Amino acid sequence: MAEIKNYTMNFGPQHPAAHGVLRLVLELDGEVIERADPHIGLLHRATEKLAEHKTFLQTVPYMDRLDYVSMMMNEHAYVMAIEKLAGIEVPVRAQYIRVMYDEITRILNHLLWLGAHALDLGAMSLMFYTFREREDLMDAYEAVSGARMHAAYYRPGGVYRDLPDSMPQYEASKIHNAAAVKKLNENRQGSLLDFLDDFANRFPRHVDEYETLLTNNRIWKQRTVGIGVVSPERAMALGFTGPMLRGSGVVWDLRKKQPYEVYDKLDFDIPVGVEGDCYDRYLVRVEEMRQSNRIIKQCIAWLRQNPGPVMTDDLKFGPPKRESMKQNMEELIHHFKLFTEGFHVPAGEVYSAVEHAKGEFGIYLVSDGANKPYRMKIRAPGFPHLASLEEMAKGHMIADVVAIIGTQDIVFGEIDR
Amino acid sequence: MMEAQILQFFQWFWNLFGLWDWVWGYIGPVWPVIWVVVKIVAIIVPLMLGVAYLTLAERKVLGFMQVRPGPNRVGWWGLMQPIADGVKLLFKEIIAPTGANKFLFIAAPALSLAPALAAWAVIPFDDGLVLANVNAGLLFLLAMTSLGVYGIIIAGWSSNSKYAFLGSLRSAAQIVSYELAMGFALVCVLLVAQSMNLGEIVRGQDNGYGLLGWYFIPLLPMFVVYFIAGVAETNRSPFDLAEGESEIVAGFHVEYSGMGFALFFLAEYANMILIAALTVLMFLGGWLPPLDIAPFNRIPGLFWMLGKISVMLFIFLWFRATFPRYRYDQLMRLGWKVFIPLTLVWVVVVAAWMQTPWWLW
Repeated sequence: MAEIKNYTMNFGPQHPAAHGVLRLVLELDGEVIERADPHIGLLHRATEKLAEHKTFLQTVPYMDRLDYVSMMMNEHAYVMAIEKLAGIEVPVRAQYIRVMYDEITRILNHLLWLGAHALDLGAMSLMFYTFREREDLMDAYEAVSGARMHAAYYRPGGVYRDLPDSMPQYEASKIHNAAAVKKLNENRQGSLLDFLDDFANRFPRHVDEYETLLTNNRIWKQRTVGIGVVSPERAMALGFTGPMLRGSGVVWDLRKKQPYEVYDKLDFDIPVGVEGDCYDRYLVRVEEMRQSNRIIKQCIAWLRQNPGPVMTDDLKFGPPKRESMKQNMEELIHHFKLFTEGFHVPAGEVYSAVEHAKGEFGIYLVSDGANKPYRMKIRAPGFPHLASLEEMAKGHMIADVVAIIGTQDIVFGEIDR
Repeated sequence: MMEAQILQFFQWFWNLFGLWDWVWGYIGPVWPVIWVVVKIVAIIVPLMLGVAYLTLAERKVLGFMQVRPGPNRVGWWGLMQPIADGVKLLFKEIIAPTGANKFLFIAAPALSLAPALAAWAVIPFDDGLVLANVNAGLLFLLAMTSLGVYGIIIAGWSSNSKYAFLGSLRSAAQIVSYELAMGFALVCVLLVAQSMNLGEIVRGQDNGYGLLGWYFIPLLPMFVVYFIAGVAETNRSPFDLAEGESEIVAGFHVEYSGMGFALFFLAEYANMILIAALTVLMFLGGWLPPLDIAPFNRIPGLFWMLGKISVMLFIFLWFRATFPRYRYDQLMRLGWKVFIPLTLVWVVVVAAWMQTPWWLW
């Protein structure tokens, strides 16, 4: 009798379904997974160490680059940590803007996730549809911060600037003639809020389109129902958060349980799964997009009626107005100090977490009173999720590993940090 | 018919110089061979062009289904794109991986393309327009389509790569199991047409009812099974497990570059056209017009044949834009537990039905 050996396969780091640079060593019995060993660290950029050498403000752009598909939410946890430690009051309008952009970011993240997950399972068209909508949201990012991805828009004490009154316009080129451009610019005639309002009004229809392709598709169901099942107890024991935890039926959402900013004033629901399989997590995320859209609509309505400051008037943390800086000694000194030395945060330690698109994204900050953090630790939601890959994938087939990696919504920027 | 005309033309041409008898002295003995080669070229060249433009059509159709324009930079509306792709692939280096069996590695693409082309020998394009009017045409086709799997297995094994190996094993299992369902579907056609000659099968569908006389009506389940099995047989989405790019990257041809890769590509698309042509011949009345009345039956049969093939090919592309991919075991379950029992039952049903007076075809 011949000796039967398991088959070891190297999955990644250059694999189309590895979502970046995951290296997975798979031990296979035929096509069945016996052992899945994720190797991480290929995208390690030492963000935590870099933060110790930069002023508090200079670290904000690093946050964008952690989970690079939900940029502003990372910033949010970081600026909230500083605000907590320094006791900065954030103007209400800035809080609403942050919440609105958090939800825009959640939709951005879930759209990319949906497209990539569907593509992993072979439904290639979804990617293009979700990117059509992502484009609009990216434009909203650009309108407010000048950058389509790495916005660096949130600041300790508020946001960088108020929402713009006009949207950037497409210009005629070799590819789009004047008539085509006119059509593209149709919903960009008003302010950013008008643009977002238009988006929020048609977005539910687009989600219906995605669902038409997937939700009741027999092949999609065969590929996701009963795959990667995690019981609620195990999900909590493994440190799951976000849609991964809610997919298993645990009602836990920081926006409801520990409301930050203005989430307690907004009306939205938390979708929860039942089975804890890939299909439930899919349904949870799709419903979260609809709920985020609801939140965005409420924020738009509030922001239209309540103008006001978007940055704290505490000059120790927020930059002074440009005009007064040019005329006023005091303000000039503050400006100079802020942008050279940066601000000092009182000694102490703080943990602040937001309900990130992927789960609980937390920043643990220790300050010794200097202008830089003494130590910063990032709690990335993807890390415990990836750590459970072996448990979720064991006994499934190779094709299911792809589905499980997809359902975990892994981004290596945050896992490797 | 055409042969005689061409011969007459040559005779007239060479007689201008008074050399016909001398030329014919050399050519005459081998003329049948030359004539067959001419016919082969007349099939292969349009087929290869069809394959090239099918890739463009695929990209365009997928593009329009996915809110993007598809290739539109090379030539008008991207019409030169397949040529550019071909030239690119032709000039790329063929790299054989370390530890690969070089001879088999080079032979595999040819082995997969050859049967895909050979099968076209028995396909009639119009009444009588066929290279080889073989009586056992259907058997020949089954043999040829099954042979294609060897190219895939050999490619996967000789590449000395785990991904390629896994891909070729999947593909082999898949093709073998769907071959069965396909075979039984063909048995039904055979029963109804009472011939294995493809021309006879089409003529059997010309029974005066037009569209309603075609075999897809009495054999509707077989038509569906055959077409789906055909999609699986050609490793097309949603059955493209052998090359599922998100699982095993490109499967059996992951190590191929340049012309080696291009040959696999050609084989896949030639097979697609073949399956579409066979579906049309056996279930959709081949070259017959949908209604045997004035404007329709004036149009040449070749046009109807190609038109129907295009519609079937469009469905192939439509599938690709719509469906997620099956998992390996689900694919096997569909083949063995759904299609094969269904076809077996339908063979009996059709055989019994044909003995009753309610059989109208």
